[in-house]
Amino acid sequence: MAELGELKRLPLHDLHAAAGAKFGGFAGWSMPLTYPAGVMKEHLHCREATGLFDISHMKLFAVSGPQAAAALSRACPIEADGLATGQSKYTFFLNGDAGILDDLIVTRVDGERFVVVANAGNAEADEAHLREVVAGFNCRIDALDRVFLALQGPQAEAVARDAGLEIDGLAFMNGRETNDGGFIARSGYTGEDGFEIAVPLDAAQALAERLAADPRVEWIGLAARDSLRLEAGLCLHGQDITPDTNPVDAGLTWAIPKALRAGGSYIGADALAKAIANGPRRKRVGLKPDGRQPVRAGAALVDADGAAVGSITSGGFGPSFGGPVAMGSVDAAALEGPIFAEVRGNRMPLALHPLPFQPHRMRKG
Amino acid sequence: MAQTYFTEDHEWIRVEGDIATVGITNYAQEQLGDLVFVELPEKGRSIAKGDTVVVVESVKAASDVYAPLAGEVTDVNDGLSDNPGLVNSAAEKDGWLWKMKLADKAALDGLMDRAAYDATTA
Repeated sequence: MAELGELKRLPLHDLHAAAGAKFGGFAGWSMPLTYPAGVMKEHLHCREATGLFDISHMKLFAVSGPQAAAALSRACPIEADGLATGQSKYTFFLNGDAGILDDLIVTRVDGERFVVVANAGNAEADEAHLREVVAGFNCRIDALDRVFLALQGPQAEAVARDAGLEIDGLAFMNGRETNDGGFIARSGYTGEDGFEIAVPLDAAQALAERLAADPRVEWIGLAARDSLRLEAGLCLHGQDITPDTNPVDAGLTWAIPKALRAGGSYIGADALAKAIANGPRRKRVGLKPDGRQPVRAGAALVDADGAAVGSITSGGFGPSFGGPVAMGSVDAAALEGPIFAEVRGNRMPLALHPLPFQPHRMRKG
Repeated sequence: MAQTYFTEDHEWIRVEGDIATVGITNYAQEQLGDLVFVELPEKGRSIAKGDTVVVVESVKAASDVYAPLAGEVTDVNDGLSDNPGLVNSAAEKDGWLWKMKLADKAALDGLMDRAAYDATTA
């Protein structure tokens, strides 16, 4: 573990410190893990009112130029030219074996301009990968230095409107560049309605303070961000999906456009077409422990005979669900029988549970 | 009169006669955050200093609580099964974890008093 001193600080670090945040390392960044309310209250507040998250550890790129759409359609299994202006798409960078290098959201903000949002842990690798893939195309990649905030929860729309954010007509999985040089999308990582807002550094502090001052809003740390997304059944790259997982095994085939499932010109197309034809070798499933004891990522899963059938990829406690929740990757053949997690020498029975654990409440517009 | 000792692993030990009550300090519960599960030992279990006796699970992670001294578990705080949050709200009182009969009371001499412990977390 890196010491906090070696970690990069968020541009608004001092604001979080003043709000009483406890910091911890994540993907090379010193991140607010919790605020004084604590993970449980923060989580519930987000579901009941609105939570404000600083997700500036995530990376934004602009891909622009006459061949931007073609370049992205090579880098990702998408038909970028088929996206309407303003439309966002959840997609991946795949390797040649259709393993997931990262999951990302691509938004067409103009005819020849796209915004790509990638994960913190993969930001540098993603940028290098993207630059290499698009080298032969007539387009450019610009890393956008922004403060990136997420406003999530049933009151997010009212809060955003009152704060003067440019959200008119913005439906779920749509995004736009704003007049102040930022970017706003109706999307998130909690299963709630909400917005992800990229702001130029010079305007960021004022906006964050304005949003945090709204009585409906509380700061939410990374700990509750994780429990919120786990209840929502959303994947964390590096845990639930990795370069060894293809979209079929991850239960994410829905993110591949139908026309690209039998093949295409994107990286990993042949391997992905094969994986789709063969069906999943293993499945990402929701798992609910009996009782109150959580299971954690990395716990081995076994069948009734003790044979290995997979592992827990994310596990913890779901404050809204009111009990422990987990996702695991399980051999497809083992899903018919009982599944146990090995925790500290004990075998804990697990029940399959449909994902998400907490119903999604996004506004599809 | 009961006397309370502390360890650098953020445990407190309250001693009455040769029975010690063990819990984690308020500082420790603040670091862990909201607890959702406490795995308690069997009564009668013989424990050596340094053994993992209890596992406390927060929303995010599991953490071990070690035996500060050798002895035998005589009681556990059953109330934590339904209400693990008691460790957060009353870490150094109602949120105690287990009681043990000490094998060697002289071993208490190596532990810290309140002032010395507070200095380590200041």
